[in-house]
Amino acid sequence: MAGLSVAGVTKTFGKAPALSNVSLEVKDGEFMVLLGPSGCGKTTLLRSVAGLEHIDTGSVRIGARDVTLLPPRERNVAMVFQSYAVFPHMTVRSNIGFGLRMRKVRSEEVRRRVEEGARLLQLERFLDRYPAQLSGGQRQRVAVARALVMDAELLLMDEPLSNLDALLRLQARADLKRLHEELKRTTVYVTHDQVEAMSLGQRIAVMREGVIEQIGAPMDIYDNPASQFVGGFIGSPPMNFLRGAVRDGGFAGDGFSVPLSRPRGEQGRELLLGVRAEHIVIGGGGIPAKVLVVEPLGSHALVTAVVGKTAVKVQAPVDVAVKPDQAISLRFDESRVRWMDAGSGTALPN
Amino acid sequence: MTARLIFDRILVYGVALILALWVLAPLYLITIAAFSPQATAYDFPKQLLPTTLSAETMQFFLNSRGVVPSIINSLVVALLTILIALTLGTPAGYALARFRFRGRDAFSVLVLTTRMFPVAILSIPLAVAFLRIGLYDSVAGVALVHAAMAVPLVIIITSGVFVGVSHELEEAAQTLGCSRWSAFLRIALPLAIPGLAAAAIFTFVISWNEVFAATILTLRERTFPAQVLTALDQSLITFKFAGGFVMAAPAIVFIFFMRRYLLNLWGGR
Repeated sequence: MAGLSVAGVTKTFGKAPALSNVSLEVKDGEFMVLLGPSGCGKTTLLRSVAGLEHIDTGSVRIGARDVTLLPPRERNVAMVFQSYAVFPHMTVRSNIGFGLRMRKVRSEEVRRRVEEGARLLQLERFLDRYPAQLSGGQRQRVAVARALVMDAELLLMDEPLSNLDALLRLQARADLKRLHEELKRTTVYVTHDQVEAMSLGQRIAVMREGVIEQIGAPMDIYDNPASQFVGGFIGSPPMNFLRGAVRDGGFAGDGFSVPLSRPRGEQGRELLLGVRAEHIVIGGGGIPAKVLVVEPLGSHALVTAVVGKTAVKVQAPVDVAVKPDQAISLRFDESRVRWMDAGSGTALPN
Repeated sequence: MTARLIFDRILVYGVALILALWVLAPLYLITIAAFSPQATAYDFPKQLLPTTLSAETMQFFLNSRGVVPSIINSLVVALLTILIALTLGTPAGYALARFRFRGRDAFSVLVLTTRMFPVAILSIPLAVAFLRIGLYDSVAGVALVHAAMAVPLVIIITSGVFVGVSHELEEAAQTLGCSRWSAFLRIALPLAIPGLAAAAIFTFVISWNEVFAATILTLRERTFPAQVLTALDQSLITFKFAGGFVMAAPAIVFIFFMRRYLLNLWGGR
C-alpha cells in the first residue's frame, strides 16, 4: 500500500487540453473519487496514473517511487475498466489469475490467491465458466477480483458500476464499500454519478474542463461547494441559485429581496445566492413565489416554485398542502446559504 | 403474416434459388462428368443422376504427365502465399484498427487501389525482373506475386477483425503485467484467430485460382491452373471436367467451413 501524488500534470489531445496543471494527493489507504461530467478529464487523469496515457508535463509518484516514465506493468497498479475488459477466451479462474501468472507467481500461490479473490467477490461457483456464461454483474465482479488479487499498491477504477442496472448498482456499490473497509486499499475511483461519489468516497475531487474545482470530504463539498458548478453538480436536486445584487444592506433580485445579516460587498455587487432544497421552508413570510409542480417522492415531496423567473426546488414534507399556481412564500436559514460571485461563480468566504 | 410479407419471402427465396442454381448447376454437371466413365462423356441427352459412377476419368486425369506435381506446386505456392501475406498484412491491419496516424485514410485507400492494377501489368515486368534475379520458374516467385495480390485483402480483413477486439482488453493486460507486445500475443491474437483463419482461406483461394501470373512466370514448375490451361486445347473433354473438379473442390470445401466468419466479415445476419 502507498499513497499517490500527482503534480502539475498537463495532457492535450491534439489542440484540446484534457488536463491542465492538475495536482492531487491521495493518502495511503484512502478512497478518492474523481467526479465530473463527461469530458472533464477524470478518465484521462486515471489513465495517466495507470500509465495508459503519456502526460505532457508533470509527475506521478506512487509511494516514494516516481513512475512518470514507467510503462503500466512496472507501476504496480491494478485497474478495473468500465467495460470490465474480462478476457473472453479465458475462464474466470484464468482471468483472475492472469496478472499473477504474468508476474511469475508460483502456481500453488496463484491458486490460493485466485480462490481467495473469488471468495471475496462470491465467485467460487463460477471459476470454471467463461465470461460469456456470466451476467453483467458477475463479469464486473470478475474484473474487481482480478484487480484485487494483484495486491497492487494502487487500485484504479474507471466507472465500474455504470454498465449495471439500477438495482444491481446499489448492491455492487455497497460491496465495493465493504471491500474497501476490509482491505483498506488505496483507491482512485472515477465516476460521473454524484450519488456514487458521495456514498463511496472518503474524499471527492470534483473536476471540470481539465481542472480540479474542489477536493474535500463528501459532506464538506455538499455543504460548502467552492463554486456554482460544484453546487449544481453535487446533490439531487442540485443547489438552487438566485441571481441578484447588494442593495442598501440587503440582497435583491428579480422578484425578491432579503436582508443581509453582514455585509457581502459594496453596493451594486452582483452575487449568486446558493441554497439547497432541504434548507428552504415553505410559509411563514419571506420570498414570494408561485408553485409550479409538486412531486411526491415517498419520503418527502419535491416542490418546484418560481421566484421571479427562476425555478427553485424545495424539499417539503410529503403531506405539504400546496397546489400548482398557488402563491407561497419561501424562507431559509441564512447560515446555510452559500454566496458566490455572479461573474466567476466562485464562492465567497463564509 | 400479411400477404406483403409472404410476397417478400417468395421474392427473396426465389432470387436466392436462381442464384444458387446459376452457380451450382455447372458445378454439379462437372462433378458428375468427372466421376463418370469416359465413354459416356458425349452421351446426349445428359443423365441428371449419376447412374454409372467410376473413378476411371479421375484416374486418367491424375495419371497424366505433370498433373500431380503441379497440384503439389500449387499447394506449396498457396501455403507460401499465406505465410507472406499474413506476415505482412496482419501488422498493417492491426495498425489501421488501433492507431490514428497521419495519412491513415490515405493509406486505406491506397491499399484498395493496388487492387486496380491488372495482373498482366504486374506479371510481365516481373517476369523480366525474376529472370535477372533467378526467381523465374520457381514456386517462390509465383508466391511473391500471389502475396502481392492477397496483401490488400488481408489488410482489410484483419483490420476489421482487430476493430472487433476491444482495445481495453489489451490495456487491461498491460496493467496486469504484459508489455504491449505480449498483450498482443496473449490477448488480441488469440481472439483474432478465427478472422485470421478467414483471411488465410481467402488467400488460399486467390492463389489456388490464379492462372495468368502463374502461366507467365513459370515454364516447368507449373502450378495446377497453369498446367491445366496449357493442356486445355489438346486434351479430351473428360480431362477438362476432371481438371475443373479439382480446381473447384478446395475452394468449396474451405468456404463451407469458413462461411460463418465470412458472414461476420460482411455483416451477415
